[in-house]
Amino acid sequence: MGFTGLFLISFLVVHCYVNALIFFNDGGVKFTEAAHFMGTNPVIRIMEIGLTVGIFAHIIQGLLLTFENRAKRPVGYAKTPGNKSSKWYSRSMGLLGTLILLFFVLHWYHFWIPNRASQFMGNGEIDAYAKMKLVFSQAWVVIVYILGCVSLSFHLMHGFWSAFQTVGLSTRKYKSIINGMGMAFAIIVPLIFILMPLSFYLGWLA
Amino acid sequence: MNLTLKVWRQQNAQAQGGFETYQVKDISSEMSFLEMFDVLNEQLINEGKEPITFDHDCREGICGACSMHINGQPHGPWQQTTTCQLHMRAYKDGDTIVVEPWRAKAFPVIKDLMVDRRAFDRIIQSGGYISVDTGNAQDANNLPIDKHKADESFAAAACIGCGACVAACKNSSAMLFLSAKVAHLALLPQGEVERKTRVVNMVDQMDKEGFGSCTNTQACEAECPKGISVQNIRRLNAEYIRSVFSGD
Ligand code: HEM
Ligand code: SF4
Ligand code: FES
Repeated sequence: MGFTGLFLISFLVVHCYVNALIFFNDGGVKFTEAAHFMGTNPVIRIMEIGLTVGIFAHIIQGLLLTFENRAKRPVGYAKTPGNKSSKWYSRSMGLLGTLILLFFVLHWYHFWIPNRASQFMGNGEIDAYAKMKLVFSQAWVVIVYILGCVSLSFHLMHGFWSAFQTVGLSTRKYKSIINGMGMAFAIIVPLIFILMPLSFYLGWLA
Repeated sequence: MNLTLKVWRQQNAQAQGGFETYQVKDISSEMSFLEMFDVLNEQLINEGKEPITFDHDCREGICGACSMHINGQPHGPWQQTTTCQLHMRAYKDGDTIVVEPWRAKAFPVIKDLMVDRRAFDRIIQSGGYISVDTGNAQDANNLPIDKHKADESFAAAACIGCGACVAACKNSSAMLFLSAKVAHLALLPQGEVERKTRVVNMVDQMDKEGFGSCTNTQACEAECPKGISVQNIRRLNAEYIRSVFSGD
């Protein structure tokens, strides 16, 4: 979980950077340039296979872990400590991950699948910027994207530090620094993502 | 003070258990929680009923026997306290207290509040020791040990094997217990010889016993009566990775 989680975090950084280029508000020129590089560069193409494997490995591992762990307490407690001893989002990683997955399905349907399908048919890449404009003109889509990013935010509030703990790097000295960085990452990155559909919907981007 | 107690009663491992409600009167605030249970049991015996079975031994917070899940928390509401060291001044007149056994597949109920924690013993047998020839004890200063490591090891050795970490964990994971045992020995020169095999064997045994996997919720640290830190789990993970990648 730790290794795949860290891998997905590194992907998020790149994904967030490329997409944030839309905020130049240049009608998507810089963004399309970068997206074209990402969509056609052979190294990136190979890395995308790794990413796909990584995502599915993380999801399968995560769901197995959740269900296996649940089976380790066949008779439950009448009274549980609730939030006295741990954070709700730390205990809800399986649920938050599933919400992210549901959001991913919609997200792939919007961008990744049409793009690869179009390339496969020999029609080249789609105009992702125009597609964003179109997709993000629908209020319900914007709401689902925001909810997906909020789930991601809570997933990372626990996941970022947790991954360092799992791979044995969260030493006494660095624990609070890693946790602080994790909190900042978990708030800033999803917030930037949320601003994308929101900006299109509110007409801030031409 | 007068209290209402809802206590889990279960005839044996196979039987279907359930909660029974009892009233206790004139409980002194200076009594320990277990003494309050002694009062209740005397009452039950006088009424010709079967007393409640619960584990206890030292009654001074060092043996780890007194496993009771009290109002949703292992060993009750006080931090770093075992049930025997929980005193009734934690409660007020008229309170209702729900008492359950540890709940985990790896800790089956034997009777009422008593659970079978031999899984912990088998984990220790799988590697929680050092193999040395016996003989006269060496002079302590013959073995130079880094002060910081000695302190960390000593803190880990404070684990009393009570099982509160498993009881508190949503995954019923024994990682805090295991990590305390592994860290305690891995930090000392005496533990160096079996360092790599110990961690792998003990983790294997833990999985075999049916404990869940750690997802770092840190509920164990919050509930541990001895203040064992999740820093030990970090160390266990590092030891495990080190052992697997340098394996021979
Ligand atoms: C871009 C998306 C995602 C990122 C960046 C991410 C990141 C992480 C990280 C860093 C961890 C902590 C690893 C550890 O504790 O060792 C984690 C754990 C987990 N993730 Fe994800 N994840 C993502 C998507 C998903 C999805 C789609 C699921 C689907 C079911 C999921 C389910 C889980 C579960 C169950 C855990 C285990 C809980 C734990 O170890 O604390 N994640 N994730
Ligand atoms: S780590 Fe703490 S809670 Fe777990 S068995 Fe040891 S003393 Fe008990
Ligand atoms: S009876 Fe020994 S620790 Fe409570």
